Amino acid sequence: MTTYDLIFYLFAVVTLLSAFFVVTNRNIVHSAFYLLFTFFGVAGIYVMLGADFVAIVQLIVYVGGILILLLFGVMLTNKITNVDIKSGTIHALPASIVLGLFAGALGAAVLNTNWKVVASPETSSSTASLGSMLINEYALIFELLGIVLLIALVGAASMARR
Amino acid sequence: MIHASLTHFLVISVALFSLGIYGVITRKNAVMVLMGIELILNSANINFIAFARFGNFGLQGQIIALFIIVLAAAEAAIALAIVLNIYKNLSNINVDEIDSLRD
Repeated sequence: MTTYDLIFYLFAVVTLLSAFFVVTNRNIVHSAFYLLFTFFGVAGIYVMLGADFVAIVQLIVYVGGILILLLFGVMLTNKITNVDIKSGTIHALPASIVLGLFAGALGAAVLNTNWKVVASPETSSSTASLGSMLINEYALIFELLGIVLLIALVGAASMARR
Repeated sequence: MIHASLTHFLVISVALFSLGIYGVITRKNAVMVLMGIELILNSANINFIAFARFGNFGLQGQIIALFIIVLAAAEAAIALAIVLNIYKNLSNINVDEIDSLRD
């Protein structure tokens, strides 16, 4: 058991436990805060996989952007003063049975497949090569994604204002 | 001694994916459904980056993960705008009670 493994299991436990609380907690605000820990854990897993830049982007975009947006959604669509912020569940038992079977099948498929693992070379940082890939091979997709994001945000703002 | 390998990351991804789908299909509140979708997108990202690390594909997996994060941001913004509009019109965002189209 090396230090790498210890840190990996720590992040895995944080991610999965908080994700479990996200989907089972009855209070939406609590769920949103558990989602924060899930995003942190996933960012840690990215770091364990050598994707430092993606981990930082995950923190900035998810924690700083999407989570705040979700919290705004919670605050704007619930009667905070009337303590009506709880959210019920429907079909919890059949859903957990079906999804338990689904997860078992998927996990068995993952565990029984003989993955051909090729040890990729250890790189110190992926930021420089990611940046050069983004403006060379993936320049068109990069620009198109910028346009998509711009149009989506302008559309969302105009839709929410109406 | 078991070391953290590709399988470990894939198992985490499977668990996160299942929890996300559980959230999407069991929670009533539309914002909670969005949180489930974010969990699903995160599990897909873990898959991409794990295969990029262990599959000798270079950095393409990480690029795709970045693109997915951008699309998730756009999706969350639009979905929340829709949720706000639904709340304004029906003053209710429980997905099982919004059935005015059903007649």
